[in-house]
Amino acid sequence: MYETTYHRAESVADAATRLAGAEDGKLLAGGQTLLPTMKQRLAAPSDVIDLTHIADLKGIAETGGGVRIGAATTHAEVAGSEIVKRLLPGLAALAGHIGDPHVRHRGTIGGSLANNDPAADYPSAVLALGAVIHTYTRQLPAEEFFAGMFETALDEGEIITAVEFPAATASAYAKYPNPASRYAMAGVFVARLGDGGVRVAVTGAGQDGVFRHEGMEQALAGNFAAEALDGIAVDADEMLSDIHGSAEYRAHLVTVMAKRAVAACG
Amino acid sequence: MADVTMTVNGKTVSKTVEDRTLLVQFLREGAGLTGTHVGCDTSQCGACVVHVDGKAVKSCTMLAAQAAGSEVTTIEGLASGGELHPVQAAFREHHGLQCGFCTPGMIMAAVDMINRLGGPLDEATIRAELEGNICRCTGYHNIVKAIAAASAEMAGVRTAAE
Repeated sequence: MYETTYHRAESVADAATRLAGAEDGKLLAGGQTLLPTMKQRLAAPSDVIDLTHIADLKGIAETGGGVRIGAATTHAEVAGSEIVKRLLPGLAALAGHIGDPHVRHRGTIGGSLANNDPAADYPSAVLALGAVIHTYTRQLPAEEFFAGMFETALDEGEIITAVEFPAATASAYAKYPNPASRYAMAGVFVARLGDGGVRVAVTGAGQDGVFRHEGMEQALAGNFAAEALDGIAVDADEMLSDIHGSAEYRAHLVTVMAKRAVAACG
Repeated sequence: MADVTMTVNGKTVSKTVEDRTLLVQFLREGAGLTGTHVGCDTSQCGACVVHVDGKAVKSCTMLAAQAAGSEVTTIEGLASGGELHPVQAAFREHHGLQCGFCTPGMIMAAVDMINRLGGPLDEATIRAELEGNICRCTGYHNIVKAIAAASAEMAGVRTAAE
């Protein structure tokens, strides 16, 4: 790791000021991606601004029609939250299978979303549930937030403060993890919404990161059962292909994971 | 440079270190506690697992400065008064270690999972909870047996004490 300067921000405003004053600063949320990247010298920020001691960024609260999760809330806290387990069991289960127990004690939802790794788990839940990402300055609907691999609609220096999820009638997530990294080779989040609509979001498999599969959504809106997905095509031309799996393999996995998620919705 | 103070195994440790110093370096080189190991250095193997404020973390994936003000427990802090912690004793009893390199992280992960989930723990739970810890000798079987035995013993002790 190259030299860097550590800052412990006391508030979101303090973090923004410190970031603006840094030559090439980076926000440090859970650090479970940033620190390994810095150790490999693939990132060399002049300053790292630690967000995890800011009280305003922590905690899980039930809102009128859903759940608000502070950006610095860890995966373990989301997985163990009684509120999340009751209102969005698929989201709790997703959080409980990110990485490993030690990673889940440090990694945060805000950090995961800001990084937008194409194989990260959270983006699928955020997109399928139609969550709203709150930042220091504005609110971004999930549809506008994700902008391709490792790209988001966040401006330079913009800090995520919370994510607000609407409650769903049913929700479930199924993923096929890479056996070594535990990142999704294909992960599918299925949500049945209060208006009767169904949303399906896929992570780990698409060339441009997380995406919704409208063919599956329409089929499931008509018949919410795993067999409704038989014959629904997943286009291999739009899938990732790498040493871990070909595009055709991932396209197949997407359907299998989608069926498992539907079955898990009960 | 950063002035970093934390409590390690009940004792206050203060050092002036580079900001980029990892917690594991602080513990090994600063506090002289070499029981915590560096295995992969890529945040995967879990040989460096310690507890920070009661939670298992990979100390190679946390800056020492991030842990300033925290309570840290390492493998050296588990035994009390020369008597092994039940998980340590179970690893010896069930031959849960071979070369011993992964053992500190395995034991810290095991204590964390028993603290969180209670006991006795079944095999599937133990194996799932060990996803962040890699062993290249024993094939995990005896590690899992040791944790199962320790979790049952600790649950029994808790019941007896209640």
